[in-house]
Amino acid sequence: MIRRVLYIAHNTFREAVRDRVLYNLVIFALLMIGAAILFGQISVGIERIVIINLGLSAMSIFGALIAMFIGIGLVSKEIEKRTLYTLLAHPVRRWEFIAGKFAGLAGTLAVNACLMGMGVYAALWYVAHRLTSGDVSLLGAMYCIVLQLVIITAVALLFSSFASPVMAAVYTFALFVIGSFDQDLHAFAGLAHGATRWLAMAAAYAVPNFASLNFISSAAHGIGAGPKLLALNSAYAAVYCVTALAGATAVFERRNLK
Amino acid sequence: MSAAIEIAGLSKQYSVGFWRKRPRIALQPLHMEVQRGEVFGYLGHNGAGKTTTLKLLMGLIFPTAGSARVLNLDIGDPAMKERIGFLPEQPYFYDYLTAPELLTYFAQLSGINAGNRERRVRTALIRVGLRGIDRLQLRKFSKGMLQRVGLAQAILHDPEVVILDEPMSGLDPIGRREVRDLIQSLKDDGKTILFSTHILSDAESLCDRVAVLQKGRLRVVGRVSELTASVQGRMEVTWRDAPAEALGGLAVENRAGGDCIRSVVLEAELDAALQALRRARGRLISVTPIRRSLEQYFLEQGDTETNLGRDNEPRLQFQTSETPPFDTERIAELAK
Repeated sequence: MIRRVLYIAHNTFREAVRDRVLYNLVIFALLMIGAAILFGQISVGIERIVIINLGLSAMSIFGALIAMFIGIGLVSKEIEKRTLYTLLAHPVRRWEFIAGKFAGLAGTLAVNACLMGMGVYAALWYVAHRLTSGDVSLLGAMYCIVLQLVIITAVALLFSSFASPVMAAVYTFALFVIGSFDQDLHAFAGLAHGATRWLAMAAAYAVPNFASLNFISSAAHGIGAGPKLLALNSAYAAVYCVTALAGATAVFERRNLK
Repeated sequence: MSAAIEIAGLSKQYSVGFWRKRPRIALQPLHMEVQRGEVFGYLGHNGAGKTTTLKLLMGLIFPTAGSARVLNLDIGDPAMKERIGFLPEQPYFYDYLTAPELLTYFAQLSGINAGNRERRVRTALIRVGLRGIDRLQLRKFSKGMLQRVGLAQAILHDPEVVILDEPMSGLDPIGRREVRDLIQSLKDDGKTILFSTHILSDAESLCDRVAVLQKGRLRVVGRVSELTASVQGRMEVTWRDAPAEALGGLAVENRAGGDCIRSVVLEAELDAALQALRRARGRLISVTPIRRSLEQYFLEQGDTETNLGRDNEPRLQFQTSETPPFDTERIAELAK
């Protein structure tokens, strides 16, 4: 059972690699090299902050775009191209397919983020000619970016299980934007009254709280996320992903593959 | 021993339309059995419900009513799929993989242990006639090659039941013959084969029994020879070096193309037509039986139960047999 999930995940990873998804690393590398050379020359004392902000933001944006646009195609492309027919003709349960696809893309994003993270550290080393113990705090911020990407993947899978690819992309992007301002939504709910308050509160809890997973600024200033916070964020991401995937599976289990 | 495939009242209905949903019946309640070790043809025109039935059996779509069992297992039971192989119509695969990679992937999913995988993959590829393509990605495969890959993945795990949806589709005459040979060899291995087709000659040359489906309804089940026993066929006679009127009133239809003339005559009048051609000193090129599809036959019988819509008027469609089972010696003798 778990083996089949892993086989599907491996194939999804292989598909991403062969479809040249990891080519985004070339653009990222060029960005980092350019930034390191440029800011190494014109910034005095803040080049480290600039590199970290730029590097982690690029990691987040590149990853989110991959998670969204590949995530929405994970199911719909298989149905559209009818590759799913032969897959499901083998002893594969539909939930295994969903879980495998999710795990494959999550793995791709994690590898992508790891390589980008190495790029950020390389750029830091280039501008400062050394790495400090404070730079370890970057790892926590990078880990939280991966958690964000994994949640986006699960959400994209959920939407793609019932909506057309275009609408799934729109929904996922909208949720990503709203989730990035989730703390503002919470603040608005605190100020509102009556039904609006409850609606805003419900929405604030329902959308993924990407704002709480964003440690880019604090990492740039050498402030890392503590182990407890990382553990809580991991648990939050796990619960959100499992819920979204359960929803996707529930829809997909009943779907006729015409 | 129970039948390999037991279908009890399986039906499928879709809702169509955006605002006002209307029911569209894809398959009316179907009762059918396929015996173990049998080659069973599932015949019907496009849209008759063949693919719907096979998708229901494979769990790709869900029945509106009824049930089915394959090898005594419910079609919803994943264990069933370990014992059956399936080729979908016009299969499409992950085009970034090579054929051995794809088959290895399916072998993993089918639970074939690592020690046997490579051997099974090699055997399956050889069996469908694919050699020397190890490094070629599937995106570079022709339609016929993809069909062969589809067949290979269907037999990869040595299933007891093989379900093939239009297995000859997209294949050239040699490929079609190879698929027929493959189906025959699977039968010799004791497998049960259910395959859909709209070409009678394929079914006739392979099947122990056939079922004919028409507009989602099962019309008949039986042996091809029994079902076509009363069908008066027609023959196409092609000749040269004689005028088009050589056959006189025997020709139902005459067509000239190049130096040759092709005439369609009734099967019962073939002898007379060949004698007329000999008298006219014509040179016989070929005699080919023209077979009607079984569905056409049933339409022509004027079956009152047939429920055809306005857009489904009976169409006169003839299938030309690809490999005519004809007595060539008799033709030569008559043509002298």
